[in-house]
Amino acid sequence: MNDVVRRSLVFSTFAVAIVFIGFLQSWNVALGIFNLCLISATMALGVNIQLGYAGIFNAGVMGFAALGGLSAVIISYKPVSETISLGGLGILICILILLLGSVLGVIVYKSNLTQAYKKILFPLIIIVVLLLLNLIGAPAVERIEAFEPAASGFLGGFGLPIILSWIVGGVIAGLVAYLIGKITLGLRSDYLAIATLGIAEVIIYILKNEDWLTRGVKNVNGLPRPVPYEIDLQESTWFIQLCQNYGFPLVETSSIVVKLSYCFLFSIVVLTLFILSEVALKSPWGRMMRAIRDNEISARAMGKNVKARHLEIFILGSAIIGLAGAMLTTLEGQFTPTTYQPLRFTFTVWVMVIIGGTGNNYGSLIGGFLVWFLWVEAEPLGLYLVELITSPLSETNPLRIQLITNAAHMRYMMMGLLLLLVLRFAPKGIFPEGR
Amino acid sequence: MDFLNALALITNYILLPGFTYGSQLALGALGVTLIYAVLRFSNFAHGELMSFGAMVCILFTWLGQSYGINFGVLPTALIFLPIAIGFTALYCFFIEKFVFAYYRRKKSDPIIFLIASIGVMFFTAGLIRFIIGPSDQNFNDGVRFIFNVREFKAFTGLDEGFGLKTSQAITILTTIILCSILFVFLNKTRTGKSMRAFSDNEDLALLSGIDPNKVVLLTWVIAGGLATFAGVLYGLDKIYKPFIFLQMLLPIFSAAIVGGVGNPIGAVVGGYVIALSELFVTFAYRKVLAYLLPENMEPAGMMQFLSTDYKFAVSFIILVIVLIVRPTGIFRGKTI
Repeated sequence: MNDVVRRSLVFSTFAVAIVFIGFLQSWNVALGIFNLCLISATMALGVNIQLGYAGIFNAGVMGFAALGGLSAVIISYKPVSETISLGGLGILICILILLLGSVLGVIVYKSNLTQAYKKILFPLIIIVVLLLLNLIGAPAVERIEAFEPAASGFLGGFGLPIILSWIVGGVIAGLVAYLIGKITLGLRSDYLAIATLGIAEVIIYILKNEDWLTRGVKNVNGLPRPVPYEIDLQESTWFIQLCQNYGFPLVETSSIVVKLSYCFLFSIVVLTLFILSEVALKSPWGRMMRAIRDNEISARAMGKNVKARHLEIFILGSAIIGLAGAMLTTLEGQFTPTTYQPLRFTFTVWVMVIIGGTGNNYGSLIGGFLVWFLWVEAEPLGLYLVELITSPLSETNPLRIQLITNAAHMRYMMMGLLLLLVLRFAPKGIFPEGR
Repeated sequence: MDFLNALALITNYILLPGFTYGSQLALGALGVTLIYAVLRFSNFAHGELMSFGAMVCILFTWLGQSYGINFGVLPTALIFLPIAIGFTALYCFFIEKFVFAYYRRKKSDPIIFLIASIGVMFFTAGLIRFIIGPSDQNFNDGVRFIFNVREFKAFTGLDEGFGLKTSQAITILTTIILCSILFVFLNKTRTGKSMRAFSDNEDLALLSGIDPNKVVLLTWVIAGGLATFAGVLYGLDKIYKPFIFLQMLLPIFSAAIVGGVGNPIGAVVGGYVIALSELFVTFAYRKVLAYLLPENMEPAGMMQFLSTDYKFAVSFIILVIVLIVRPTGIFRGKTI
């Protein structure tokens, strides 16, 4: 089967599935799923750049996605002037101290002092920085967090349009990826996976506990939207006129229009990223990356700087994941650090990339689409299956009740089975990597 | 006297919990390290194996309790531990047969094994949540304390004291016994030696007539058994939470790598290093210093390096430092 036919077949099957959901459940549900499919595909594209192009195992997808979410809060939320006057200065000084400390650390590291001096100076810098942070930061943080903790208690953001956060989210994730990559990229592949897994956990812990920045587990609600609100649409005359002319139900149409606008925005991002990734993959740069992946030693012998290239690709991929994270928080309109679970964010995205076909951007797209579709539809499907299987049992049978309440968790089992089956019987995925 | 008070405080808040948690990590890390030594991959499913073992144990404990079985002052779960080990070993046997045997035959890249283990992790996580649900389960029904802080203070007449929880004593004792058995097995018995030989040099081991399938299956069974112990002891000491085991993966891997992955002694030492440093770094030293320093020098702050919320970050930082400074770990890992 030729590539184009295969691609159009698979993608149209997915389109049919979405249309099917539209008729069977509702268009609102179908569009809701499709929007998240687009975000999943963005994440999958990011992971594919790392895993597919260069064979880097980044198990910290969750952390970078959360950084994107954080940037959505910082960019779009209105500044809370009271807390800024209470502790803004303290926080600013702390950031400066941190920067100064890092610069000092780098200077010491690069200087030609002997190891013995460095061994004394490094801990000294760290202790002094920590002490200063405690002295200046702690009271400021306390003042900020004490201000109306039920409604605010954090610094807020810059009050800029939330779309801007998509770019900023990518930049922040990229910067963090640079720091992490510098430390961990020299490691063997499975150590790298473990180290990145750890970094993601640490990032989530910070977001959960630094209330002055993110309100922690109290969540940030009511982020502004890049698209109109349903209520505003329902009240505007042109929209009412439109619905009356075509006989659409007002409330449902308004929410479909909102979802379609999101869909439009996300599609632009996905298409742009997709085209850029394809161009990069086909360029000399992409060939060099695959050469490094397939045989690192000979690539090095050809004079390629493997470590620098790996760092490059780690930053690129992580930035795309950060962008996807910001998109997700924009869509949800709220930032909830507790929802970041490695199974849901990190490993599901891996499954997407592997099922779609590592190294193939079409594969990442369809992997993101299909896996997210299954992830959502597994719940009703699992429930249906369990009800079918347990139907001989009586309604009040405790085993039946137990199984039905837990049926939603079948999605993890399904993901695992899917990954194992694909890995065993079609290790190259739906769209194998081209030559 | 002041010194003894400070020591009692540290024992209560750092040493006892540290050695308990360290034992649980050590048992988990031993499993990871054995799999690594024989099969040469990092098993991401190990946390879920611990969870699986603990779940089976809880289910049988409930069954036993409904028939009125109990273990007196000790937790009932201990009676059903062997059954849980059996089930987990059987589960591991199936994993090996249906998932990993194929990649072993094909001599796949370690990273393929790792991805397969993530598939197993997903599946097991789903299975556990499907059977027992995602909520917390408390199944420790024995006597809580061997002696508590109040009794200790009354006995010694100190101002501060420490209590010894039954679960702490059980955990530490079990770990000592298990580790001794494992080391005797690895160093003295024929089968244990064949495992070491296989881990050291696969081709040479094959040449001397060691059956690779037997060695690999045995490794899985031992790893499954150790995982069950770790999961049940952790559940008894704290609480059984299906979600916690994926987070435990990080300290467990850190323990294995810090000690030197593939080296059992390293795994045990690594477990204690990680656990104790987590507690040492996040403990508030104010009261201890108040006893040790002269009267007028009592510190004002909490004297805490890092807030307790960042416990997991400590294991990560240690992991990164070890990976950079000495990637082979304290005990130079790679083979048993």
